[in-house]
Amino acid sequence: MSEELLRVENLHADVEEKEILKGINLVVNKGETHVLMGPNGAGKSTLDNCIMGNPEYKVTEGKILFGGEDITRLKADARARKGIFMSFQAPQEVPGVTMEDFLRVCKKNLTGENIRYFAFHKELAATMKALDMDDSYASRYLNVGFSGGEKKKAEIVQMLTLNPTFAMLDETDSGLDVDAVRVVSEGIRRFKTDENSLLIITHNTKILEDLKVDFVHVLYDGKIIKTGGPELVDYINENGFAELIREGE
Amino acid sequence: MNSSIYDFRYETHASFETDAGLTPEIVEQISKEKNDPDWMREFRLKSLEIYQKTAVPNWGPPLDGLNMDQIITYVRPDTPMRGKWSEVPDDIKNTFERLGIPDAEQKSLAGVGAQYDSEVVYHNVKDEVARQGVVYTDMESALRGPYADLVKEKFMHLVPPTDHKFAALHGAVWSGGSFVYVPAGVHVDIPLQSYFRLNAAGAGQFEHTLIIVEPGAYLHFIEGCSAPKYNVANLHAGCVELYVGKGARLRYSTIENWSKNMYNLNTKRALVEDDGIMEWVSGSFGSHISYLYPMTILKGNNSHMDFTGITFAGKTQALDTGAKVVHNGRNTSSHISTKSISKDGGICVYRSEVIIGKDAIGAKSSVNCDSLMLDSKSRSDTIPAMDVRNADSDVGHEAKIGRISDEAIFYLMSRGLSEEDARAMIVSGFAEPVAKELPLEYAVEMNNLIKLEMDGSTF
Repeated sequence: MSEELLRVENLHADVEEKEILKGINLVVNKGETHVLMGPNGAGKSTLDNCIMGNPEYKVTEGKILFGGEDITRLKADARARKGIFMSFQAPQEVPGVTMEDFLRVCKKNLTGENIRYFAFHKELAATMKALDMDDSYASRYLNVGFSGGEKKKAEIVQMLTLNPTFAMLDETDSGLDVDAVRVVSEGIRRFKTDENSLLIITHNTKILEDLKVDFVHVLYDGKIIKTGGPELVDYINENGFAELIREGE
Repeated sequence: MNSSIYDFRYETHASFETDAGLTPEIVEQISKEKNDPDWMREFRLKSLEIYQKTAVPNWGPPLDGLNMDQIITYVRPDTPMRGKWSEVPDDIKNTFERLGIPDAEQKSLAGVGAQYDSEVVYHNVKDEVARQGVVYTDMESALRGPYADLVKEKFMHLVPPTDHKFAALHGAVWSGGSFVYVPAGVHVDIPLQSYFRLNAAGAGQFEHTLIIVEPGAYLHFIEGCSAPKYNVANLHAGCVELYVGKGARLRYSTIENWSKNMYNLNTKRALVEDDGIMEWVSGSFGSHISYLYPMTILKGNNSHMDFTGITFAGKTQALDTGAKVVHNGRNTSSHISTKSISKDGGICVYRSEVIIGKDAIGAKSSVNCDSLMLDSKSRSDTIPAMDVRNADSDVGHEAKIGRISDEAIFYLMSRGLSEEDARAMIVSGFAEPVAKELPLEYAVEMNNLIKLEMDGSTF
């Protein structure tokens, strides 16, 4: 039997006093890749943010367990230290802090180990190269002046560097050109092992082509209305969400 | 991190201390104690008269807490000036060792002066720098040495005692400080540093720094200041006068980290000749009240000034800082870039004045100030004055006031940083453009000061 990593139980959440999530149930086991699809406004990003612990999103009912432990009330940094990672749709710019310094501090903080400067520098350069990202970005201020595509790639560089056990990718492919999608998809494949899990929010199924997807969930109006295997992606590509929504109601 | 690296103190073993307050007798006494030449004794007494006639400035943060009748103007440490650290008395040497000065001297400085209360207790210049004809000594030695006439000609010439009340006070009771002379064409490759430590409670520090950089020469001078915390008011009213010759370049870097009972009323001014370059890097941390506006007079044609500053005001602090520049020469240019951070009710005021004289044809000036407020109790004000007296000049001003967004904090926390670390990282990043202008050791020190302030553990 596979080992449970994340369990979301009857999760309700508000954003600015409006209920967005209306009872989400989701289990992600170690080694699995889950895909979250659904029309705009369904609550996909809200679910990611709730799992990561964004204080702007208020959990009003239900709970989130990670590795069997209730993390519903933990702050985001404590969740990150347990191995949760989220790739942001719109990553923040942090002037004055280089991407390399930032990641070195984060890695040191997460692992509790001293990070050797030179070895880290080489490792980061290699990771960036694999993502077809010029390594000069490492010495630039974090996300400052990065194009939309570079920001998305930088998020994947962060994921590969910090090596979480559970990563959520929120529309990492949006705004990327065809080549960039391929490179990012390749990066995600490099990251994935039997020991870690993924939850991918996407509209663009190209990013999934090289990945082994285990489950696909369709989210609508704050609830998961359908769960299936990878074949559900093809179905949605052909038919959209309308039929599923009708069935769900 | 704790604040003890600055906030520690040893018992004062002063060999001589004036009574508190200010009278002609006290000024005479200081003058006698310091063995002044006659002109200096007269200069002091004249300054005292001006001081007594001049009103306390009323346009800045309140100075009511500063009772001059209680400030001891002169505290002579119980030691003559030494050229070797091993000869400096242990408690004083320990102070500077804890501040990392002898270590920095060995690693990265061409010369060091260290002042403890009113007198310079240590002074040393590397041989190879001295051989180039560079003079670096304490002001008292300079008054009597081979450059005595030059000192007499330049002393409080740029900042006359009539400038303001605390300039007059400085003229009356100044003590210690540094004299630097860089001969024409000499490029001093590594920086010189002076460190000012005010150890005695209730005392004032009034050091005088006079630097002359002759045509075509280059110098980087670093000034560091700190003091332990007492419950009584301390006063710092130093004076810095800088002469930048034709085609010369002077970089003057300061990290002031006074304790939070300090009134820091410091006056700094530079005069720049044709094609000369004056660069200021200024970090203001600590003090209860600061008034600090380094001023540059671009007298020569094509002369240039760059000012990079950062001010951090926390609880109980009101720091009124900025810069002033006067363009007199043609095609002169200036760039002022300041950052301020206010926290826990701290008040930062950015105050500047740009004056473009009527003959300063083709002058260009740009002013950029960026404020970060860490909470809603804190304040940040910007008071930029511009006085442009000719039409053929170009003056620009840009100001930004911001807060740290919750989104940015969440983003950093999602990478495992605690909320405090996330804030400290954003603030350090904000200060980075200033840090990168400083030599590495000072950039590290500045970052440590920021972390210290962010922990809120300093007061």
